[in-house]
Amino acid sequence: MPVGAANRDPLEPEDIAMPVPAPQGSNGFSFAVRQATRPLWTVCGERLLTVLIYLCGISAIIFVLSIFIFVFTEAAPVLFGGKLKLSQFLFSTEWYPTSEVNVRYGVLAMIAGTFAVTGVAMVIAVPFGLGAAIYLSEFCGPKVKETLKIVIELLAAIPSVVWGFIGLTIMSRLIVYFTGAPVGVNVLNAGIIIALMSVPIIVSIGEDALKAVPDSYREAAIALGVTKWQLTWRVLLPASKNGLLAAVLLGVGRGVGETMAVLMATGHAVHIPHSPLDSVRTLTANIAAELGEAPADSDHYRVLFLTGVLLFVLTFIVNLAADLAIRGVKKQ
Amino acid sequence: MNADPNRRFTATPQVRRKYRQEAIAKWIFFIMSASMIVPLLLILGYLIQRAWPSLSLGFVLDVPIRGMKEGGIWPAFIGTIYLVFISLAVSAPIGILAAVYLNEYAKENWFNRIINLAVINLAGVPSIVHALFGLGAFVYAARFGYSIISASLTLAIMTLPVIIASTREALASVPRSFREACWNVGATRWQTIKAIVLPNSISGILTGVILQVSRAAGETAPVMFTGAIFFKAVHKGDVFPYRLDEQCMALSTHLYNIATQVPDVKQSIPFAIAVVLLGLVLAVNAAAITLRVWLRNRKKW
Repeated sequence: MPVGAANRDPLEPEDIAMPVPAPQGSNGFSFAVRQATRPLWTVCGERLLTVLIYLCGISAIIFVLSIFIFVFTEAAPVLFGGKLKLSQFLFSTEWYPTSEVNVRYGVLAMIAGTFAVTGVAMVIAVPFGLGAAIYLSEFCGPKVKETLKIVIELLAAIPSVVWGFIGLTIMSRLIVYFTGAPVGVNVLNAGIIIALMSVPIIVSIGEDALKAVPDSYREAAIALGVTKWQLTWRVLLPASKNGLLAAVLLGVGRGVGETMAVLMATGHAVHIPHSPLDSVRTLTANIAAELGEAPADSDHYRVLFLTGVLLFVLTFIVNLAADLAIRGVKKQ
Repeated sequence: MNADPNRRFTATPQVRRKYRQEAIAKWIFFIMSASMIVPLLLILGYLIQRAWPSLSLGFVLDVPIRGMKEGGIWPAFIGTIYLVFISLAVSAPIGILAAVYLNEYAKENWFNRIINLAVINLAGVPSIVHALFGLGAFVYAARFGYSIISASLTLAIMTLPVIIASTREALASVPRSFREACWNVGATRWQTIKAIVLPNSISGILTGVILQVSRAAGETAPVMFTGAIFFKAVHKGDVFPYRLDEQCMALSTHLYNIATQVPDVKQSIPFAIAVVLLGLVLAVNAAAITLRVWLRNRKKW
């Protein structure tokens, strides 16, 4: 094995059965012992398979790296060719990719759009998601728990394009009806949709975090005569705060990366939103909307890839933070 | 507190308040949970009600007519099936072997941690970035062009991390004593995996793969830019309408196109497409869940 052969568990076998050398007799002659050798081709086949398993094992690294490298190399010429300054790309709100006289690529409005939608979504999803996680892990009986978990799993399975369609047809009408907004496809609409999409992640990771609190904590608290609510508020929440943070972060990651739902539910206006009823455009929706029209290898096409790099980095940071938070839980 | 021994075990106002608070908290959390489920049911009901005029088996088996304004969705339906099967045929073996490596071979060290981190991040990469990668890598760099192959490979990479995670969980649920017993009779690591670990975890692995069927069927953005086409003429009920190097229609992109790009479409049709897609996804999920519950009850250890 290529890695960590030194700290092998003595109970575990060698990966490949090697032929044992015949022991030497005392008089210098070797004598035949009956040894369990397998045919050469099975040994070779097994070795080949081990190599294959190893390759598959590192495939995740290969794919993550190649995604980053591919998207980055497609974007690099426009970034290093002097045509676009990174500061202009990040801090300008002017997005005129097809202008004849003065092409400008600034994504600040879309960054603001992404964070506005994700923010609204989290305002809704975090209390409801964590509340449901607490209900699932502390308050309800086993039957209800089983049912709720199945429903949440089904909720997570609904495709994003169906959510987008729901936002476009149902939610937009409800929003116009209840708030009197001029258009129903806006930050609030996409926020509600993203909230519904990220609640299942928050619930399942949050429930895992609550479950990971040692039973001795619970027992100690119950021995003092606390109610379930006091137990939750004073013991479980402080003890599992890292895991709950990870749950929220993964929900944020889902919100930032979501494409089809926001493409259909945000309304496509490139400007910084001032109220939840403004239409916006997000980074993801921008790529999805314009990639089809941008000719390959044009500046526009490369800038869209640069937006992809930005998204990749954003989600990478969020996921890394969530992973670190979960690791913090495990260390305790 | 109260020195009177007769009143020692009666509820004081504090205790009553404590229990009242608990009851309130319980109800609030219950309402929070219910408020995730009720909208789901309402939405489902509304979708089905709006889709009702078009919903029939004929809708699935028919081809679209009059510029997709009427007719059925057969080309999109069969296209989705193509994409799902090819992508899982690629990602399931790789994902399962990767999980075998991570669970059976890898040791706790920095390298293994990096692989774990890569899996987590691969799962977190936004679908539109997968689309960009598919477009750059498969469509242009590998010269597959806009085709079923490009789209399926893009989907395969998307589904890979989840298959790795679920398979790993299934493998980890096989008790270590099973492996030790097998090692002790002289089996090599692979023989143990083949004879003991995989047979005992195959159901969990299958569940994870089945769940990815619904994911692959529902993904839109990666397919939209790598292999989906707006319209393709297909004969009614033709099971092999596409070659692998051709573009195909897919249910998810078809829903997007019908809902946003085609004017004057018959009102119930987009709703019906949404219901078919949703039905497909939920049916597959329900099957996986049933399988899991059944197997959990059958488990002997």
